[in-house]
Amino acid sequence: MDDGIQLTAQFLQYEIQLVESSPLRRLFATIFAIMAFVGGLFAFRQAKWWELAAAQAYAAGAIGVSFAGDLITMFLFWELMAIFSTVVVWCGGTEGARKAGIRYAIMHLVGGVLLKIGIEGVMVHTGSIEIQPIPLTNIDGWLILIGVLINAAAPPLSAWLADAYPESSPSGSVFLSAFTTKTAVLALILLFPGQQILIWIGLYMIFYGIIYALLENDMRRILAYSIVNQVGFMVCGIGIGTEMAINGASAHAFAHIIYKALLLMSAGSVLYMTGRRKCSELGGLYHSMPLTALCGIIGALAISAFPFTSGFISKSMISQSAADQHLMMVWLLLLAASAGVFLHAGIKFPWFVFFQKDSGLRPKDPPWNMRAAMVLLAAACILLGVFPEWLYRLLPYPVDYVPYTASHLVTQLQLLLFSGLAFFALLPLMRRTLTISLDFDWVYRRLILSLMNRLIRLFSCLNTALRNASSRVFSIIWTYIGRHHGPEGMLARTWPTGSVVTWVVVLLTVFLLFSIY
Amino acid sequence: MNNRDSAQNSAKKSWLYRPENHKKLWWGFGLILAATVVVQLFVSVHGHFGFDGWFGFSAAFGFLSCALMVVFAKLLGYLLKRPDNYYDDDV
Repeated sequence: MDDGIQLTAQFLQYEIQLVESSPLRRLFATIFAIMAFVGGLFAFRQAKWWELAAAQAYAAGAIGVSFAGDLITMFLFWELMAIFSTVVVWCGGTEGARKAGIRYAIMHLVGGVLLKIGIEGVMVHTGSIEIQPIPLTNIDGWLILIGVLINAAAPPLSAWLADAYPESSPSGSVFLSAFTTKTAVLALILLFPGQQILIWIGLYMIFYGIIYALLENDMRRILAYSIVNQVGFMVCGIGIGTEMAINGASAHAFAHIIYKALLLMSAGSVLYMTGRRKCSELGGLYHSMPLTALCGIIGALAISAFPFTSGFISKSMISQSAADQHLMMVWLLLLAASAGVFLHAGIKFPWFVFFQKDSGLRPKDPPWNMRAAMVLLAAACILLGVFPEWLYRLLPYPVDYVPYTASHLVTQLQLLLFSGLAFFALLPLMRRTLTISLDFDWVYRRLILSLMNRLIRLFSCLNTALRNASSRVFSIIWTYIGRHHGPEGMLARTWPTGSVVTWVVVLLTVFLLFSIY
Repeated sequence: MNNRDSAQNSAKKSWLYRPENHKKLWWGFGLILAATVVVQLFVSVHGHFGFDGWFGFSAAFGFLSCALMVVFAKLLGYLLKRPDNYYDDDV
């Protein structure tokens, strides 16, 4: 597809640009299309037809966002994704999936509403619906940023991701991992490149992902937290905002979609074959599922940016751009984070699932289509790592970066292997427990709920108190009235005729006197 | 690295789980670790900030930052961990 606007249409009184192309947009659309295909291959014999249909519509929404030439089109495709991704979550088919899907939908609809208000504000104030960098000078820009960041799983509203994705079906999580957060990354690159605040949001996401993944027991939730972590790297790169950083963020999104899908396929295969998802119930599967284990390990090495995998050539561009800008603190944190990624995703996931203790499970490798999809993606991880120029050619800016220097290789290997040492040395500290970790979703799943319950209880107390008080007041009034007007009351007694005549005479006299004077 | 070693050794059943081999695995791992650091004698590592070119900087930094993260996560766990059926009575 050529650069520039390809297709326009009339919508209300705006001319919307349905398709606009550029190298960056093509890069994202390409990887979304690849994921739709390989994900479909992974899923098509096991998943229900409605899950496949929803997943493909979801992918279509993501590609639509990639090519959207204006904010209105972007918003429409954005909501399309929200709807169909919710359906994909529901296809998990359990009660947990149903509830998580509802929470997921509410979160994304709220994000969509904020985004829409922001877009309308921009339209009213500037009269333009073009997709271009938006300054954070007024509320419009902030609302759009918040709307996009909700989809990127930025704090504090990041809990939806680890809440919803692990509830989907084994194949559903593969689709979910690819599209929503990465379209948000694309939108951030297009709308907010170089916003300083994104650096810190990104760093927070990186460490949030690592810490929560270290605490987690559910294997797919570990991977879900590591999505937040990886998107954090991209958001940080967008915040740095140089050509190298934007290149790095885009390359990392491309590489990340591949290896994260591979990891989730590997976890999905284990779940599909064993029906178990908790690390404490798994272990020792490498022997009976060698291919799944191998692919999982390749994915784990790629996410940890091991040399000769795709993560090595993309993540290092982001930290390099931080060094080039002399952001020492950011660079050091990114370095620590790279080590942390190896810790939580690179070793923890394969170790607890495929090695660790022998759980006694002897599942086979999954059916051929699942194996084929995993092998394809594993090959892609390694090929991109060995031939980085294939990916570098697709990036939005010309690449002036050589990942494979002896110095880089040595330092990266030291960093990763010694974090591996830390993992095995501190293994006793990481014994798996049957627990989940509280997150911000506690606020809307517990705090608000309990506040509501308390409010309801308060009102019902108030209600009883008011009823009691009013009935008491009423009974006092009743007895008072009864005393005077009741059958025995003074005013209700039968009076003798004589006294009545006397009173009438008095009244008439008074009248007479009034009329005379 | 342990899990890669073991993938190669998986031909022999449960080799990995025999206690007498744990020592060998640790030794192998230790040798690889030492090799990555010793190699720095022959490769000039040029840092951007000065200190990052020090001998074994990445190794020490990797180990310490990971240890810190694990301990921090452990401590945070006391605060945040709940039984995994915590939300099951959701309405």
